[in-house]
Amino acid sequence: MEKIFQKLSFSSATLVFIILLGIFITLFNAARPAINEFGLHFIVDPVWNKEVPLTTPTAKTSTVQASTTDDNIAVNPDDFSEDDGMGMDEDEDSVPTKTVYGGLVPLVGTIFSTLIALAFAMPIAMGIAIFLAEIAPKNISSLVGGAIELLAAIPSIIFGMWGLYYFAPIVADLFGGFQVSLLTAGLVLGVMILPFMAAITRDSMNTTPDILKESAYALGATKFEVIKDIIFPFSKTGIIGSIILSLGRALGETMAVAFLIGSIFELPHKVTDPTITIPVALANNFGEASGVGMSSLFYLALILFVMSFGVISFAKFYFLRKVN
Amino acid sequence: MKRLVINKIVLALSTLSAVLGLAFLAWILITLFVKGLSSFHLSLFVNDLINNGLRNLIIGQFILAGMASIIGIPLGMVAGIYIREYGRGRYANIIRNLSDIMMSAPSIVIGAFVYALVVVPTGHTSGFAGSIALAIMMIPIVISTTDSMLSLVPQELREAGIALGASKYKVIFDIVIKSAKVGIMTGILLAFARIVGETAPLLFTSQTSNYFTLDLTQAFPSLSVSIYDLASDVQTSSRDLAWAASFILTVMVLVINLTGKFITRNKK
Repeated sequence: MEKIFQKLSFSSATLVFIILLGIFITLFNAARPAINEFGLHFIVDPVWNKEVPLTTPTAKTSTVQASTTDDNIAVNPDDFSEDDGMGMDEDEDSVPTKTVYGGLVPLVGTIFSTLIALAFAMPIAMGIAIFLAEIAPKNISSLVGGAIELLAAIPSIIFGMWGLYYFAPIVADLFGGFQVSLLTAGLVLGVMILPFMAAITRDSMNTTPDILKESAYALGATKFEVIKDIIFPFSKTGIIGSIILSLGRALGETMAVAFLIGSIFELPHKVTDPTITIPVALANNFGEASGVGMSSLFYLALILFVMSFGVISFAKFYFLRKVN
Repeated sequence: MKRLVINKIVLALSTLSAVLGLAFLAWILITLFVKGLSSFHLSLFVNDLINNGLRNLIIGQFILAGMASIIGIPLGMVAGIYIREYGRGRYANIIRNLSDIMMSAPSIVIGAFVYALVVVPTGHTSGFAGSIALAIMMIPIVISTTDSMLSLVPQELREAGIALGASKYKVIFDIVIKSAKVGIMTGILLAFARIVGETAPLLFTSQTSNYFTLDLTQAFPSLSVSIYDLASDVQTSSRDLAWAASFILTVMVLVINLTGKFITRNKK
């Protein structure tokens, strides 16, 4: 019995490793046709689902704008891919064509929406953490902390609906441009990672020994000086770790962004332009895709998985050791 | 003097950001309550989606999360026990870190993985595929709570058991798990709350269905996936239904979440 249970528990633990490896291998396998066809050029190619004459090298098409401009930016323009293909068919009647997929647009969208989210969430999360750890009395701190954590419990699809119907109009009024855009998606993402970032930052700030803080107060330091010169240097690694970890979260967020990014395969020129991210590209196109298109989506999924794996393990191994 | 002013400003800004965080929470919740309740009706619990109700979706969502728990909780707990009780040194630590990484893996990627693994070979979406995707999300959460709850059990308790001649798994089951029971249950409740509101892993694994079904081998009704479909619908009646559904989903998630937190607080 003893031996059996020990073996069983060992294999369950190993399952974690197997699943992670399985995800990588499965995605890689499913993405292989696209990897073989487009190679690493996929990452820098801004075209998605575009038919090009077989003789033309792929690089040239990158200068041609995808013809999705006039697609009105409805919540969920699922069908733009068909429009795209049909528009091209008329011009290229007799020439043999092939369909080209490139991942640059969703990649750029993912990175920029995440950066906007970080820029928005970071100062507020730091403020909340300072408030919870240093300013508020204990009972208020746990009450406010609990409420902020509730924000993290709200399903992401709710953030999407609220963001689209209530938050986006305000952002569009303030900054102009479209209601669905990189900016609104980034800001709502920021609200979503706020509680997560604030909680880890607070926890690492709380690890500062009281004796250090008290010594500084005894020397006449103000609260701000204690925070700036004692607490921040002491909990620096934990705070940086929390920021990178939230970044990892924001990279993979799907539903809220799906409502707000506009979902068109087009490089944004301004932050108020609509575009697409990798998770949203997967969510909206998985149903209809087939062949190389499907494989390209798996390629995107693989890129996202590797990115988030890299970011999170980087945060874990370099910054969060102390906190754990 | 200047130092004091800067101090005041920074403290005021910090308090302001806390207020801002709370304001976002209040804004979202109030929106949900106002929009949700205005289209809320008890008949939503009686009719299926095909008749403009939500009954099949709510039941479906719980069944999906329940199936995921049946798969994920035992595996996660046993793996957590291994890490804390059996694992020595390096290997257990590697698994612990991998499990943390897996916890933050993008949920849509897990959906794509299960799609390739289950949906492609079977040829169609199914409730099972959705449950597996949710279970994969749940396992690392259960591992990490089990691990941290077991770490709170004093070493002396284990030693006392071993001194009485109990075998290791007896010590684990009769002593260690018993004393960590409340903590582990709370963790599991929170893990359940976390996956019951998930959408992304279900989008192309279980999809959703307008009809009531208990057949896990077919596309399975899901509240969250249907919210996504309804919310992007052009008809206002669909959008109203989406708000009512969002309200119900959020209340479900928050009630489970708060119950978990309440138990922990009472225990302390």
